Amino acid sequence: MVMIQGAPVADATRAGGRAVTDAPRPRDPGGAAPAGVGPVPETVEVPDPLIKIRTVDLFYGASQALKGISLDIPRCQVTAFIGPSGCGKSTLLRCLNRMNDLIEGVTIKGSIHIGDLDIYAPGVDPTALRKRVGMVFQKSNPFPKSIFENVAYGPRIHGMNNRKELADIVEKSLTRAGLWEEAKDRLDHSALELSGGQQQRLCIARALAVDPEVLLMDEPCSALDPVSTARIEELLFDLKKRYAIVIVTHNMQQAGRVSDYTAFLLEGNLVEFNATERMFTKPSLKKTEDYITGRFG
Amino acid sequence: MRHFDELIKELQERLVTMGRVAESMIQGALRMLIERNAAIFEEIETKEEEVNELQIEVDDRALKLAALQQPVGSDVRLVFMASRIATELERIADQAINIGQNAKHLLTAPPLKPFVDIPIMSEICQRMVRESLEAFIRRDVELAGQVLAEEDRVDAFRDQIFRELLTYMMADPATIPRAMSLILISRNLERVGDHATNIAEEVIYLVQGRDVRHRHEIETRSIPAAKPGPRDSGR
Repeated sequence: MVMIQGAPVADATRAGGRAVTDAPRPRDPGGAAPAGVGPVPETVEVPDPLIKIRTVDLFYGASQALKGISLDIPRCQVTAFIGPSGCGKSTLLRCLNRMNDLIEGVTIKGSIHIGDLDIYAPGVDPTALRKRVGMVFQKSNPFPKSIFENVAYGPRIHGMNNRKELADIVEKSLTRAGLWEEAKDRLDHSALELSGGQQQRLCIARALAVDPEVLLMDEPCSALDPVSTARIEELLFDLKKRYAIVIVTHNMQQAGRVSDYTAFLLEGNLVEFNATERMFTKPSLKKTEDYITGRFG
Repeated sequence: MRHFDELIKELQERLVTMGRVAESMIQGALRMLIERNAAIFEEIETKEEEVNELQIEVDDRALKLAALQQPVGSDVRLVFMASRIATELERIADQAINIGQNAKHLLTAPPLKPFVDIPIMSEICQRMVRESLEAFIRRDVELAGQVLAEEDRVDAFRDQIFRELLTYMMADPATIPRAMSLILISRNLERVGDHATNIAEEVIYLVQGRDVRHRHEIETRSIPAAKPGPRDSGR
């Protein structure tokens, strides 16, 4: 196992020795960083945080993928996780709905609260959690069922059987996902007839159907053409009025266009967490600047 | 409306406000002169602060648009232009302050002569500022061309005012301080016209991608009617 210790990369590279963050760092009162945690990241306080991630370490077997990550994710905003492949951004995203539980040999330390709920507390039902935290994946994965049934699936497994109410939920979810106009006349058609971009919006509608608070998106546009990508990006501006959105993206330009906050991860460490407009115009750290300007990574 | 277009719209609105305030500053400076009311200077100074703040805001917004939205084509021209237009408008506001300061000096002595040319010249310059921004908002190359054409008239006024005041100064050296202030004001107004001309040139660049700076005299006569670019037809 390789543990990066010591070397306070963040401090060493801080521009002119000046901390450029706008606000104090979100740290638990008295929550000292555990031993083995890497450099101290530059972070900024967010307004109205919904998710509080505190000193999260994650191990795949003996290899540490996340190293003492602490950050807050705000309500009604888009937060982007960026960083080179293998930096831990998808792993961190999957911590938020306990998708990592499904992987053999994973150990997680630290805490994650969504609202008042400690999501890793004993007795928390991951299925109930995933109702609050919806997820959209890189590749659209509609069920081989009708458009209607794809969206109605979630509410159904959570016990909703009233046909009229289901129809309302389907319409509302498809509308919010920007697919209603294209799909309303063929709700009984197979979801697989839809184009790639439409399928991805269907998956968003499916996630919205169970009325989540958080929407996780793991590279939601990387399999889409530019026009479909633009549609999804525009959709995010609507969706964030209701949901906290967390998006993992390889595409730095996309993070710039759609997100309000950006977290930059590197080798399992959080390097910088900042308002996106700040991060992309005046990043606090040289390392962030080098990454976003394409000088490494 | 696309999120990007909303951001552009907000940026443009800031420029329009800036232009309106800068224009009213020139108007105020002229009123100060004609009504012989030095108190108006304070109003002009307050407005200058507003223009300065707007300039910083426009630059900041343009920078963020460029960094976060990666504009291309006419969009990227627009973002750079917005920043340059803000610079021109800030300088117009500075000229209004200069006119005010020269007016202040003039108000310490009895009037040299009734105003004839300076109010007309000021009116033309204010209209140039207004129309250059209107051309910007409407992407109107023809109107921008009209602004460019006005520049010669403004220059002619400046020369005429200079010649006239020269005769006063030659006849009576006691008129020199007042005549000099008036000459300076005509020069300030002429600079306002130049800045408006620069904005008009930016508009032509925005719409047609044609850089007419520094040689527009050759080209103003052949500026074709506004041809909408490929994006404008859909707007």
